[in-house]
Amino acid sequence: MREYSTVISGFGGQGVILAGKILARTGMERGLEVTWLPSYGPEMRGGTANCTAIISSKLIGSPIVDSPSALIAMNPPSLDKFETRVQENGLIVVNSSLVDEPKGRDNIKVVNVPLNEIAKEIGNQKVINMVALGAWAKFVEEISLQDVIKGMEMTLTDMGKERFIGSNREALEKGFGHAE
Amino acid sequence: MVDKQLMRGNEAIAESAIRAGCRNYFAYPITPQAELLQWMAVHMPEAEGGTFLQAESEIGAINMVYGAASAGERTMTSSSSPGVSLKQEGISYLAGADLPAVVVNIMRGGPGLGNIQPAQGDYFQATKGGGHGDYRIITLAPSTVPEASRLTYDAFDLADAYRTPVMILADGMIGQMMEPVELPERKPPEEIPPKPWATTGAKGREGNVIKSFALGGENLKAMNVARFERYEKIEEKEVRYEEVNTDNPDIILAAFGTVARIVKSTIRLAEEEGLEIGLFRPVTVWPFPAARLNELSAEVDTVLTVEMNAGQMVEDVKLAVRPETETPFYGEVGGVVPTPGNILEEVKKYV
Amino acid sequence: MSDKVTSVKKKDMTKVVGRPDSMNDTQFSYCPGCHHGIINRLIGEAIDELGIQEETIGTAPVGCSVFLYKWFDIDVVQPPHGRVSAVATGIKRAKPKKTVFAYQGDGDFASIGTNNSVHAANRGENITVFFINNTLYGMTGGEMAPTTLIGQKTTTTPGGRKAKDFGYPIKMSEMLARLDGPTYITRQAVYDVPRIKSAKRAIVKGFKNQIEEKGYSLIEILSACPINWGLDPVEAVERIKSEVETVYPLGDIIDRG
Repeated sequence: MREYSTVISGFGGQGVILAGKILARTGMERGLEVTWLPSYGPEMRGGTANCTAIISSKLIGSPIVDSPSALIAMNPPSLDKFETRVQENGLIVVNSSLVDEPKGRDNIKVVNVPLNEIAKEIGNQKVINMVALGAWAKFVEEISLQDVIKGMEMTLTDMGKERFIGSNREALEKGFGHAE
Repeated sequence: MVDKQLMRGNEAIAESAIRAGCRNYFAYPITPQAELLQWMAVHMPEAEGGTFLQAESEIGAINMVYGAASAGERTMTSSSSPGVSLKQEGISYLAGADLPAVVVNIMRGGPGLGNIQPAQGDYFQATKGGGHGDYRIITLAPSTVPEASRLTYDAFDLADAYRTPVMILADGMIGQMMEPVELPERKPPEEIPPKPWATTGAKGREGNVIKSFALGGENLKAMNVARFERYEKIEEKEVRYEEVNTDNPDIILAAFGTVARIVKSTIRLAEEEGLEIGLFRPVTVWPFPAARLNELSAEVDTVLTVEMNAGQMVEDVKLAVRPETETPFYGEVGGVVPTPGNILEEVKKYV
Repeated sequence: MSDKVTSVKKKDMTKVVGRPDSMNDTQFSYCPGCHHGIINRLIGEAIDELGIQEETIGTAPVGCSVFLYKWFDIDVVQPPHGRVSAVATGIKRAKPKKTVFAYQGDGDFASIGTNNSVHAANRGENITVFFINNTLYGMTGGEMAPTTLIGQKTTTTPGGRKAKDFGYPIKMSEMLARLDGPTYITRQAVYDVPRIKSAKRAIVKGFKNQIEEKGYSLIEILSACPINWGLDPVEAVERIKSEVETVYPLGDIIDRG
């Protein structure tokens, strides 16, 4: 697959970093090249956090990109910061629970998903990141929902957090189902 | 599929050190290398005979390394730029006492407190002898997480072979990012060379002395001359570099570490525009691969050096290339990382 | 007992004194009246008595202690100034079964190396530290140390140390005794036979604590520096008794062995 880069951005605590790791793991389990790069530093203690996950069938050069293929914006500052950088014909998944629909660009596929409400239905606010990834998976041709579920399961297993696999799978499925 | 693990650079360096037979690790917390220390805290005690000790200071850590190296054990410390400055006294003593040890520098923006973003401002410090006195240390600059793993594993062998400190010179990006890594096998203890010079208790032999000290000019001169003879062997045998697309390019870019991998993306961007960029990447930044760069410089008019500093490796590039070669420089400072697009714009000024 | 140095060689005579086996014949280069030589010898005797010559690694940095490697037939590491406790920690952690000692002056232990000294003590690092306190920097030319007494003239306190400008003599042993880490802290002197015997007992105990894995021992020893004090050797001993001991009293400070 062509180099596919995704920026995931949100408040500290929204699971941005973990979502990126799961994307990278998803690519790796598919036998593809991957990189994952966090923004690190003081923001990890509650400010805005973001990370970039790249998946490619070729060796990846830069782990940072000028223009990502996709953006997952979990809060308003994230959209402000990254919206204009997304590639033409790229994808933006917007957390419509907190972020107004972007109006700045028309050559972009925008998917509005009320992440917080869906997570509330599931009964676990921590899974909003997986709702977002589920929506992302619907519009990325080369990666299926099953791939992401596997990446999530393997990541949580390695972390010793198997007990959360069920709620996270539900979140991925709901995100996928809701996206249009 | 080979057994790969998705790891941060910091974690891969730590685990590879353990697999290389490092059993004594001493360090002090600093961003962006903290995951290295944290990995060691968990996994070093699991290794047989493994010592993890969080030192009271950077100075304490490097001197604990000095002690463990004196005792003939494979040993390592790690830090980031300000902390490595503090270790320089100890690195000078390690070099002066001919002790093998591995020091990891996950560079960040400087000078002073600077910031915690990736930077390459410690190139001079690493490659020109960062402490007092005449010495060099082998300096390995990885540009990917798998390479950071391999170079760390090799660093212990190089340190033992030449009785010298070896530095892994990476930056916050390599330390923080994750890539799939195929970790090396654990080195069997019998493959680690014996160290008859070590201070392990003078049983059945005369006392060994580890010192960087010699009164009288002639004595100290002899120690220095012997060391520089070893450096000549290192320069002869241990030079490493990578070349990409250097067969008849329009321009050659010289870059190390993180910047070099970004240049690889620039090469692809440029190809779409019909522009051929070659990359020359020193893996050993000391010894610097000057001879090969000199040969390559005959192929092009311009060697553009790109770094995350205000121009450090470019001085080695200028010394290496032919007199007629143009040697412009593009650098980002203060923890700013150039993007592939930034670099391509710069290239277009020269071709 | 060694037969390396004997003044009388007659078949039927019994040798009663000589250098310790763990030391060699190299002449000390210490100044006349300096106590380092006595202390070195006591350490050598202790190593012999405990039978640990082949198991011992000594560390001595710079200053008057720098030649320790020349007098002893043991493995010796020369660390950077002040870093001795950290280097000794590294050796001990790498070779926990070996006996590791640090031999440090007051500038080394109590000034430039304070951070390392305090934390090795606080960790209860299983090492034996000999801290030689002569109230100034001997080798560099008699400058003020943190241990210099109030009013004491040195080359950097020509009018005598004033607390207002330079603070007070630092009491490392008393400070470290407040920590939970150390096992044994004592202050000794070597200017007469009873005190030499006492110091010897303390040195042996410091080594034994380590061998028995009881933890950190600090043996502070008051030492004369007649040259830099501007006194003759006898006057220097008198100064220890009448002045230095009033600030740095002798005796065990803690013994938790």
